[in-house]
Amino acid sequence: MAGKDYNHLFKLLIIGDSNVGKSSLLLRFADNSFSGSYITTIGVDFKIRTVDMEGERVKLQIWDTAGQERFRTITSTYYRNTHGVIIVYDVTNPDSFVNVKRWLNEISENCDSVCKILVGNKNDDPTKKKVDSQDAMRFGETVGVRVFETSAKENINVEEMFMAFTRMVLRAKKQSQDRAEREREREKDTVNINAHRDRDRRKRGKKCC
Amino acid sequence: LSVLPKDTTAEFSAGTGERAALHRQRSLPHRPPVIPLVARMADQNTSGTPAMTEREASRLDKFKQLLAGPNTDLEELRKLSWSGIPRQVRPITWKLLSGYLPANAERRESVLQRKRQEYFGFIQQYYNSRNDENHQDTYRQIHIDIPRTNPLIPLFQQASVQEIFERILFIWAIRHPASGYVQGINDLVTPFFVVYVFEYIEEEVENFDVSSLEEEALRNIEADSFWCMSKLLDGIQDNYTFAQPGIQRKVKALEELVSRIDESVHRHMQHYEVEYLQFAFRWMNNLLMRELPLRCTIRLWDTYQAEPEGFSHFHLYVCAAFLVKWRKEILEERDFQGLMILLQNLPTMHWGNEEVSVLLAEAYRLKFAFADAPNHYKR
Repeated sequence: MAGKDYNHLFKLLIIGDSNVGKSSLLLRFADNSFSGSYITTIGVDFKIRTVDMEGERVKLQIWDTAGQERFRTITSTYYRNTHGVIIVYDVTNPDSFVNVKRWLNEISENCDSVCKILVGNKNDDPTKKKVDSQDAMRFGETVGVRVFETSAKENINVEEMFMAFTRMVLRAKKQSQDRAEREREREKDTVNINAHRDRDRRKRGKKCC
Repeated sequence: LSVLPKDTTAEFSAGTGERAALHRQRSLPHRPPVIPLVARMADQNTSGTPAMTEREASRLDKFKQLLAGPNTDLEELRKLSWSGIPRQVRPITWKLLSGYLPANAERRESVLQRKRQEYFGFIQQYYNSRNDENHQDTYRQIHIDIPRTNPLIPLFQQASVQEIFERILFIWAIRHPASGYVQGINDLVTPFFVVYVFEYIEEEVENFDVSSLEEEALRNIEADSFWCMSKLLDGIQDNYTFAQPGIQRKVKALEELVSRIDESVHRHMQHYEVEYLQFAFRWMNNLLMRELPLRCTIRLWDTYQAEPEGFSHFHLYVCAAFLVKWRKEILEERDFQGLMILLQNLPTMHWGNEEVSVLLAEAYRLKFAFADAPNHYKR
């Protein structure tokens, strides 16, 4: 496209239970604003922000989804071409943390390989905190997903989380580009009658982050 | 070929007068910079002048005559209401059009009493079960959504108003288990509530303190809102059942319709890979309430209640007219991001009755041209 103002364009999706602060995180990151009284998200909301990373311009297209169960059929259509999924829970609401497993299942039903990050939001009042940081970290390790704790309200760790995630997505893209490059080189040298099957296998087994 | 029925044509030519009035108003130096979300509903016009025009006074008279008879002619009332209902008679007219009140004037009072009793009977019977295991998820979702309903209007931040909304939604949800409570339904209570509050007050509603109302009045508003919302939802329940088939079908129908009425807009969106579901889901799920100021939704619903299948069918044509209304802005956008941001934040903050009337006229034209001719203009 002519006049492209970025080197990379990534689509990120924010999911998680209702009222965990998905829209607040996005508003904090995209507009650096917070209001205690957001209107409920219906379907999907959409914002963009461009950041500099490792000397390149990375444009982030961030989709904020509605959390209610009934919308699941519709929101699953938003997974197409997604590079990264941010799963949000509320550190003051253990149910929302328990439900993270269901959200992870939904991701695997909808994407072959995608970067993921787990975010415990509303982490600004120790007296209200009910999901222990250590528990969350341990869970993150078992499912291979990095965990961040944030507060959109107090602007704690939001920028750091989005930037770290963007870096993960960018690295994943570069790794898969390198891999593709190496494969092309190899295939140039050899004639492999099973190339098609191998390629399919590689595609299925491809891990992102 | 004129596609408009006689009486509608008359309304449109009258609308030109309204446009002229609006134009004059715009040239006045002291127009308030921000139009409140609900205000101006007091005026049937958008000109902001408190005094009624001759035309408005005569319309109000017609309504009063129709409503005064021992049997209201509902067909006539629909015709008259199509182009907007004056504030003074809106509550009773909405109740009649939705089928909540009978056409026979003598029976109305007893029906009201019976329905209000019935509603509060439901409350007594079911409301205590809101924390039971099988209902707690429903109640929890309603409870977290209510403070997030109309967050910018102080009226809805009052505890007693929020409790009313919780009761209405909870009772409706458990009586309709096939859909239950779905986000967006909370918005649909709002127009009824506001219009029925207007039955008891003269002043503007945005900052109105409901504790100044008598308890009886507030109970009546609650029960009437519940029943009228129920009537509305009866017609669109498949919007909210599993997988939301009603919405999926209507979004597809919208895409098909737009591809026929404005191919360049349709192609432009296809070219940049914008899918209708990405913006029109909300248009269907919340009946455009998120795209328009509340005062416009109320005016829109005058017509929806006057149309046969207004909420379930005519709304589709309104959505198509609404999308195409922004064709210039849409065609100016040159990438996916720009289009999505435009379509999710259409600039309607300043809209009033005038803009809604134009939108409705266009929707009517589309319905007339396309509804009964599915192959008409087909590509």
